[in-house]
Amino acid sequence: MSAGARADGIRHRGLRFEEPLIFEQGAEGRTGVDLPDAPEVPDRLGGLARKSPIGLPGLSEPQVVRHFTRLSQKNYSIDSGLYPLGSCTMKHNPRLNEKLARLPGFADIHPLQPASTVQGALALMDRLAGWLKALTGMPGIALSPAAGAHGEWTGLMGIRSAHEAAGDARKRVLVPDSAHGTNPASAAMCGYDVAAVPLNARGRVDLGALKSALDEDVAAFMLTNPNTCGLFEDEILEQAEAVHRAGAFFYCDGANFNAIVGRVRPGDLGIDCMHLNLHKTFSTPHGGGGPGSGPIALCAELAPYAPIPYVVGGPDGFGLIEDDASGSAFGRVKGFHGQMGMFVRALAYILSHGIDGLRQASSDAVLNANYVSAGLSDLMSLPYEGPCMHEVLFDDGFLKDTGITTLDLAKAMIDEGYHPATIYFPLVVHGALLLEPTETESRESLDHLIATLRRIVERALAGDADAFHAAPKEAPRRRFDETAAARRPVLRWRPQSTEDRAAE
Amino acid sequence: MRYLPLTDADRRAMLASIGAPSVDSLFGDVPEAARDPVFDLPDHAGEIEVERDLGALAARNVAAGSVPFFLGAGAYRHHVPASVDALIQRGEFLTSYTPYQPEISQGTLQALFEFQTQVALITGLDVANASMYDGATSCLEAVGMALRVTGRQRVVVSGALHPQYREVTETGLRFLSAELDCLPPDFDGAESPIDKIDAETACVVVQYPDFFGRVRDLAPLAEACHEAGALLIVAVTEIVALGALKSPGEMGADIVAAEGKSIGNPLTFGGPYVGLFACRERHVRQMPGRLAGEAFDADGKRGWVLTLATREQHIRREKSTSNICTNSGLCALAFTIHLSLLGEEGFCRLARLNHGKAAMLADRLDAIAGVEVVNESFFNEFTLRLDRPAAQAVDALAGRGVLAGVPVSRLLPGVPEAAPLLLVAATETVTEGDMAALEHALREVLK
Repeated sequence: MSAGARADGIRHRGLRFEEPLIFEQGAEGRTGVDLPDAPEVPDRLGGLARKSPIGLPGLSEPQVVRHFTRLSQKNYSIDSGLYPLGSCTMKHNPRLNEKLARLPGFADIHPLQPASTVQGALALMDRLAGWLKALTGMPGIALSPAAGAHGEWTGLMGIRSAHEAAGDARKRVLVPDSAHGTNPASAAMCGYDVAAVPLNARGRVDLGALKSALDEDVAAFMLTNPNTCGLFEDEILEQAEAVHRAGAFFYCDGANFNAIVGRVRPGDLGIDCMHLNLHKTFSTPHGGGGPGSGPIALCAELAPYAPIPYVVGGPDGFGLIEDDASGSAFGRVKGFHGQMGMFVRALAYILSHGIDGLRQASSDAVLNANYVSAGLSDLMSLPYEGPCMHEVLFDDGFLKDTGITTLDLAKAMIDEGYHPATIYFPLVVHGALLLEPTETESRESLDHLIATLRRIVERALAGDADAFHAAPKEAPRRRFDETAAARRPVLRWRPQSTEDRAAE
Repeated sequence: MRYLPLTDADRRAMLASIGAPSVDSLFGDVPEAARDPVFDLPDHAGEIEVERDLGALAARNVAAGSVPFFLGAGAYRHHVPASVDALIQRGEFLTSYTPYQPEISQGTLQALFEFQTQVALITGLDVANASMYDGATSCLEAVGMALRVTGRQRVVVSGALHPQYREVTETGLRFLSAELDCLPPDFDGAESPIDKIDAETACVVVQYPDFFGRVRDLAPLAEACHEAGALLIVAVTEIVALGALKSPGEMGADIVAAEGKSIGNPLTFGGPYVGLFACRERHVRQMPGRLAGEAFDADGKRGWVLTLATREQHIRREKSTSNICTNSGLCALAFTIHLSLLGEEGFCRLARLNHGKAAMLADRLDAIAGVEVVNESFFNEFTLRLDRPAAQAVDALAGRGVLAGVPVSRLLPGVPEAAPLLLVAATETVTEGDMAALEHALREVLK
């Protein structure tokens, strides 16, 4: 098939390769693994042995290696360039962490081995939890949530359990307009109604509006701090006071913890529960969309309402509590004990930085974002005044009357060798463009980004709209017809399906 | 600090161009009372120190590969070809994120499209998503989807479903209006979920092969579900089984929620793993999670984009089909690379090899006094009934350097019938010597 597929018009250009699907280059009888014959024994498959073929293609190892190498070359990544995707903290991923996570003592242990055979793993979880407690200033840590959104849901389940245990069933969660979409979605999965809280003119939560939205039916207020506009919530202590006075819990989305780690403890701000994205703040790799890890930190009042399992230490070493004897844990949120591979990487990162390095990292992250802001603010429009935290938010006011949108600008960044910023988020700002350089970019790298963005914006202001609409031109693909893709979704390969559709 | 490029000279120059007197001044919005707490934590460390420190922790664990090893119960130890790990460590895969910009993310998107196709093929269903966190959360999401599709509120859960899958599902429904009917642990394989189906049933959840290792024809159950307008959800904890067994789709499953770890991914003490999620095409708009779909660009070239995003949290917020955002991208990639290497022939051969080893081991262990193989049917894992508590035997065997299996009581604590039961798994990694060691040690321990 492979020769045929290439004869069908696929053409490479220098180092840019076109690569068919694996299903278009397999051959029957070919394989990329050598396995011994199965022992000759009567089968015990209950009369359910598979009789029909599956349809998987056969490829040799060199074909597979080349295929996925070529695919990788079609991806932008942190390793290849600055990746200023706001709210995602795309910082350098140290390779030491990868090496350590692959030690057989971590990678080749089973979650249900006797505790006596996994003391090092349990000690590692305990140490990571200790660091996270110290950094957040909160006494409880639940490690098992698999990602940020999973942590939000877990934290809200704990909040709901605590309220119900006190006979105080509450129905509503307050979420600012600027919140990540996962916040209201997680609240809904706990059976809560969601009510929005507006921002004030300074890009912070409107304290008056928050106070009037708080009543005895509000279970929690979910805040991102620093918020998604890249600003520190300077009235957070007053917010906390109001939330607690109403008998509600103060939840913090920790997606932006990278701005303050080592400088500010969320517990000191009145936060009761907060998830930490190990794949953002603590540099575990994003992997093209996971795996992440989203441990939650809990205040003393919520700590008993953590999910199972959790690690405990005793005179005979560490153990795992997998059964809820106290009855206050609301249950299990995930199979086994959490994202151990991510715990190893995060702890390696934390130990490498130490407290001095973590503080320097958040300081540099904020400095870098403000430097980018200062380098662009005369050309692009800032919706809010004052210093930003680790990310800088622009609106599309500067593009007014150019016929060019934020999306066009983002696509133009691709042609200049950059991954675009986060766009159209947060929703509270028109045509938002949210840039997060992170602390692992050098000054030279930031200067290049600033110069490039200035050139792009100057071109936009000079009225080169057609060129912007046509961008990107230099990427492996140009803009897609995403509307057509959603109208008639093709979510898997089927023999000959592509040619038929292309012909339509 | 090796990860931080700014020098003090850089910082001074940058502050000057910002017009700020100090970095501290950039944090002026932080309430004074919360500024700069004192941390009792160590300072930075070099690679050598960190490697030594964590290496010492790793050395305190007994690695599965260093001993005769027979644990499964939802996490199976398989050989992963060296090229899988080499490829997923390419920076372009490792250090990119969710493919929000398709023009510069075709590598991830095409791999996800291949992943979705592979998952659909082996489960025998029409479509699959771009992955969930793990098998247990995938199972919960499947139940949530069945509630949306049917508009009903009753969920029947088999007593032979992995206890942690049941627990995660219970957690997920705790504060929702759905009603969960969990059948008691099905120790003897006699349960009949069909009897529990009524006009209010949204779905029935069963496992295949089941938690105790048994393989059961699901076609009659699927038929009963469909007659009542309910969906059949099939959980699979050992996906390699589908290389030897009839697929759930062939038997009428509507949703398959599976653990994909066995292909391409190490044990890693339970995570990260990769949840597989496949369903019928007609239900696709109720599916959770990311979906890669075929698209054509401005030049008419084929490529891939994230599609049907109007189901998702960043668009629909509290009305989305799930809150999931980051999923298991890199584990899904490992799955796709490994399954590409296996191909049809390798995948089916691997499955037969697993089954053959397990069958040999079952016969050897069944011959030991005080040991009875409970299963008539199984794939690569079966249940033993011992003449004493299995947890006690497992600890004694660990003391003799054999990791023998998972006592059922670890997952069903406080259930008396579970106490003597031991789950034993044999994959392609088990050698003749390993089997002999287990057989010998078990004889000694049970004396």
